[in-house]
Amino acid sequence: MTGLLYLIPIALAMGLAGLIAFLWALRSGQFDDLDGAAGRVLFDDPDGPESTTSDRRLPP
Amino acid sequence: MSDAATLAPPMPERFVAAATCRHCGTPVVRGGGDFCCAGCAGAFAFIRELGLERYYVGRSLDPSARRPRPSEEPADNAALSAVAASDGTASLTLLIDGLHCAACVWLIERALQRHPAVIAARVNLTMRRLFLRWRGDVDAAPGLVQTVQRLGFRVIPCGAAREAGPSLDERELLRALAVAGFAAANVMLLSIAIWAGFPGEMGPATRDLLHWVSALIALPAVAYSGRPFFRSAMAALRVGRANMDVPISVGVLLATGMSLFETAHSGPHAYFESVAMLLLFLLVGRYLDRRARGRVHSAAEHLLRFSAAFAMVFGAEGTTRRVPVASLALGDIMLVAAGERIPADGMVIAGHSSVDKSLVDGESLPQAVAPGSKVLAGTLNIAAPLRVTIEAVGERTFLAEVARLMEVAERGRARLVVLADRVARRYAPAVHLTALTTFLGWAVVSPWQTALLNAVNVLIITCPCALGLAVPVVQVIACNRLFRSGVLLKSATALERLAEIDTVIFDKTGTLTRGYPELVRDGSFEEADITEAAALAAHSRHPLSRALCRAATEFCAAENVEEHPGEGLCCSTAGGALRLGSRLWCGASERAASGDTDLELWFARPGRVPLRFRFEDALRPDARAVVAELRRLGKKVVLLSGDRTKAVERAALELGIEDWTARVSPAEKFEALRLFTAAGDRVLMVGDGLNDGPALAAAHVSISPSSAADLCQTAADVVFQGASLRAVTQALAVARCSERLVRENIGFAILYNLAAVPLAIAGLVTPPLAAAAMSFSSIAVVANALRLGRRA
Repeated sequence: MTGLLYLIPIALAMGLAGLIAFLWALRSGQFDDLDGAAGRVLFDDPDGPESTTSDRRLPP
Repeated sequence: MSDAATLAPPMPERFVAAATCRHCGTPVVRGGGDFCCAGCAGAFAFIRELGLERYYVGRSLDPSARRPRPSEEPADNAALSAVAASDGTASLTLLIDGLHCAACVWLIERALQRHPAVIAARVNLTMRRLFLRWRGDVDAAPGLVQTVQRLGFRVIPCGAAREAGPSLDERELLRALAVAGFAAANVMLLSIAIWAGFPGEMGPATRDLLHWVSALIALPAVAYSGRPFFRSAMAALRVGRANMDVPISVGVLLATGMSLFETAHSGPHAYFESVAMLLLFLLVGRYLDRRARGRVHSAAEHLLRFSAAFAMVFGAEGTTRRVPVASLALGDIMLVAAGERIPADGMVIAGHSSVDKSLVDGESLPQAVAPGSKVLAGTLNIAAPLRVTIEAVGERTFLAEVARLMEVAERGRARLVVLADRVARRYAPAVHLTALTTFLGWAVVSPWQTALLNAVNVLIITCPCALGLAVPVVQVIACNRLFRSGVLLKSATALERLAEIDTVIFDKTGTLTRGYPELVRDGSFEEADITEAAALAAHSRHPLSRALCRAATEFCAAENVEEHPGEGLCCSTAGGALRLGSRLWCGASERAASGDTDLELWFARPGRVPLRFRFEDALRPDARAVVAELRRLGKKVVLLSGDRTKAVERAALELGIEDWTARVSPAEKFEALRLFTAAGDRVLMVGDGLNDGPALAAAHVSISPSSAADLCQTAADVVFQGASLRAVTQALAVARCSERLVRENIGFAILYNLAAVPLAIAGLVTPPLAAAAMSFSSIAVVANALRLGRRA
């Protein structure tokens, strides 16, 4: 039964990692626009991502 | 050089351009250029200049959405809601009308990001909102809004700046749900180990360790995930009432406390897994419920903000300024541009135009107005700018009167209690009484711990998982089914009320009919005549002109066209003047007047007899079938309209409705609804237009087409899209079906309690049995609810 002493913490840590990842995704707005996100990938520009960041380029 | 741009074959585009506008896709005449109007040409050039032509390759236009055609609306309206932050930036949230697909999102975001001051531009396709942040102050807002407008999208001001995602409430529920899910899964794993191992190999020390670990997981989870229930229970108790959340909260807290006590005294029974699962199931139900409501809300909201919220008012020195409608004063003189809604009741002092009153009183023909005419708020100015002096503000306007009637009606409706709540109201005291009796009974014959344990068992077993989950699941599935066929439920209780109705009252204009005139091809003119007349009509916003343009397969807008409001259009060509308009305007007065009140346009050409185009507001294609179907179901069908007697009579005759009344004012409709209700009828009101607002609110339940006016959208419980009236019978069918499922589920929950509660009272329920019974009942009701998704 001593195996439990480290197996339980490991199992809990893995579960917690999943929970935290989900909460993070929720907080950072990953679930806000499910329709738009699906189409956004089709318009990925070669000149880098800019939609949520402050990365901007002036017209050439 | 971008590969995608160079590789994109220009061929398909040129191929399309032969028949449709290169920017908005509207059909244009062959050889008449690539664009339907100057606005589209401008938008195309603008997008070219920004280097974003890929938009045209990647987009797919949705025929039901607004075409991306730029309009000349002022940008300052929308820009007024911009807010400045303390760090030198400003932000703005806008609703965008005319979003078709991800390409539109891409185009708007890229175009705005080219602006040097913009920090973030993000379009949410689901919520149809644009969130914009830039360095500088709010003065830059109109320019940015204009950028979006130049691309061909319409923007609508949108209240608070942080509305760009789902509501806070929904997010909190989702977080609580995630935590409860995590806790339930982990505690259950540990519990199964205990149940499988304890009387066998597992020693008491290991069991206590596992109990402690379970407590460690469950306690924070209960504290966090239980908050929505605790809050609601507290709120109910504070006003001296018991809702469903009271037994839930008491059960959860008692079971947790009891389990903690057992764990501390190294007892055999802990209920942590039951508590965690209970919270999980209940939160799933609560979240589904909340989400179904939220989605419906945002869809309706989208249409809601089109009303004239600002007015252009003349100042002392002849300057104009935009002021919110709320701060208009008596005697102010406002300027109403062509195509704008009139923001307040008043009298015209300068300008000749015609006004479309169809939203206000159901009248299908626009009225000519001249200095001295009275105009009502909410009507649409069609032809030319007007100067209007304001005669009524605030409480005394027509709009305020309609709004007041609606408020009265809605207050009446708030008294209705949904079935689930009615059940819950009796359920909660019964549960508490049973648990208390169990405790007292066992306290006589055994130590208080055993008595409390059995009382807690009763609470866990009776906890209304099935009830809390079954009703929302049925509702979500019903909502989704209706949503797919273009019907939106705005009120959570609408389905239940729809299932109860026995009388259906229809409005005519825009409900039974399409709400706009259509050309009647009676053989008195050729296709070429339509094309020729449409060339003139393209210059006017008059509903009949627009109908003529719609009827023409292809045409090219003529030049040198002048509009004479209330009379018609005139085009001077080398061969003489072409005239399109009223009978008088076209010099056709000498011909025998047919004496009817039909919608008509005359077309006069030099040296030829004037032609007559007749229009009618056609019935929706399946209106007849829907009325017949309602009859078959045993519902009484009534027609109440504000339109002319003749038009209403014709529609009633065609549909076979015997009970009809014409020229009904909003107050009279409201009164009629009251009479029906007083007679014990449950009325479904189907209508659009401001004149129907009070009636919609007074009815037992109401349905509106989504082309309807703003106020009326807020009053209706159900909104449907598209040309088909079939939505009404469809909604009724789904409502009846879900009503039956809800009853079945509640019946099942009661049956389950009758079987399980005696076991709990007798003290025979152990933790594994409680967990299994709870899961089984929840899964059974969800499975039953899922049948709705398959049935016709």
